[in-house]
Amino acid sequence: MKDEPQAMTANASGAGTTPAIRRPGLVTTPLSQPFWDLANDGKFAIQNCVDCGHRQHYPRNICINCWSEKLTWMAAGGTGTVWTFTVVEKPGHPAWAPETPYVIALVELDEGPRAMTRIVDCSPAEVAVGMAVTLQPTWDEQLEQTLLNFAPAASE
Amino acid sequence: MKGATIVGAHELPPQRTTPGVTSLEMIARAGRAAVLDAGLTPKDIDGLMIGPQVGETPQHAPAALSEYLGLQPRFADIVDLGGASGPGMVWRAAAAIAAGMADTVLCVLGNARDTERVPRSPNRNPIREFDVPYGASGANQAYAMVAQAHMAEFGTTAEQLAQVPVKQRQNAMLNPNAVFHGKEITVDDVLSSPVVMSPLHLLEVVMPCGGGAAVVVTSADRATDLRHDPVHLLGAGEMVTHRALSQAPRLTTSPLAPAIDQAYRMANVRAGDLDFLSIYDCYSIVVAETVEDAGFCPKGEAGAWLDEADFSITSQLPINPHGGQLSTGQSDLAGGMGHLVEAVLQLRGDADGRQIDDPELALVTGNGATLSEEVALVLGSSRA
Repeated sequence: MKDEPQAMTANASGAGTTPAIRRPGLVTTPLSQPFWDLANDGKFAIQNCVDCGHRQHYPRNICINCWSEKLTWMAAGGTGTVWTFTVVEKPGHPAWAPETPYVIALVELDEGPRAMTRIVDCSPAEVAVGMAVTLQPTWDEQLEQTLLNFAPAASE
Repeated sequence: MKGATIVGAHELPPQRTTPGVTSLEMIARAGRAAVLDAGLTPKDIDGLMIGPQVGETPQHAPAALSEYLGLQPRFADIVDLGGASGPGMVWRAAAAIAAGMADTVLCVLGNARDTERVPRSPNRNPIREFDVPYGASGANQAYAMVAQAHMAEFGTTAEQLAQVPVKQRQNAMLNPNAVFHGKEITVDDVLSSPVVMSPLHLLEVVMPCGGGAAVVVTSADRATDLRHDPVHLLGAGEMVTHRALSQAPRLTTSPLAPAIDQAYRMANVRAGDLDFLSIYDCYSIVVAETVEDAGFCPKGEAGAWLDEADFSITSQLPINPHGGQLSTGQSDLAGGMGHLVEAVLQLRGDADGRQIDDPELALVTGNGATLSEEVALVLGSSRA
């Protein structure tokens, strides 16, 4: 994303400034705000269609299966599998460079919808397509928002 | 134009302000109402035309709208004619239907007018909201994820995918206009280039460039007395399925599969009839999936097929004789037009220094966003 300005932030000593590239900020809409509010409660909210039972993520004003407008929020169980992933070495935004290498993945929730997320609490080499994962809500200081990361499911 | 019929219509009551509503939502409301008015369902819609001002989505708007609406149209387009856009959509829809490119086209315009809420970012589309917070942006991550899925499902190897840039680069040795002309590479070069996003290496990714490309289309009658032998459009197919990779119906078969199938049927040709391929190649994995989706090998077997394939102009099936965008560089959207220009030159016999011997039939493909918005053309020479 190229739409976020570089900000100058005071360094730890307060003497002078250090250039820091801010990560792209959070963007929400009134329709999607409940998703982000529920995320702050540690819940992955998906939409459930009252008319046809289809479940979807991201939130919209119509069901993408039957175009019903009767949609309710439901909390997903928080378990799913890695549909695909990549280990980011050269990120799409310079602000993410200090975090490399990191794993972004498309996780398929057990309820059906798929979502972009991060896989955390493991080394990138451990991540595989088809791996079972569980929700790992993670507070993001800069975004002031809990992000819905995932981690490998605990092995018995 | 006779035969085209308008069967549904609806206008939302205009409001001075529409607090909190996005343009995506407004377009969904209007389009839904028109389809309900027609007594049809979303499953009946296989064409989509929208205007240019989809507030939250500066690029790839037809794909973003298709995804938002859950549609997978065979024909999708923007009409940017200001206040004439609506009527302008209707004859284009009729033309698309007459051409066999769609059966039922939703023509929809809509906008939000939120005077209170100033957008914090010019780009507020779903990818911006739901992908970017996780450190996911740009095309590399999406194609890397597609390659990862193909490797996981079929055992495709990095060495096999590396065949694409290597063999195309050999072709580019005959194309002085390629940015990488004169720079041969080996599989080892590809595999030792930096990993950008696993499993993609730098040499499997296009180089951004500046440039341009264009073609001129006229009637068969008008073509008869012009300078060059005509190149005929024999078949076409299009398919738009998603914008965000999380919303893709599948990863290892692209929407090119149905688009190519339609183009073949319209042209009454089969894969084995083609004399060469001029196929979109922003990343190695795209060529791998395309040769499968075009029927040159069974699904999942592109890796072994690429190992054996001879891309050169003297082979049975030359592939990207200009070197592909991985060799020529990608002048933004013109890069895809370059595949079309190359096919035209080859079919006319004008590909100086890299001319295939007397080709008659070519497949040209275009690919947008993340294997999201796909077009296939079958072109024929004047002898085809």
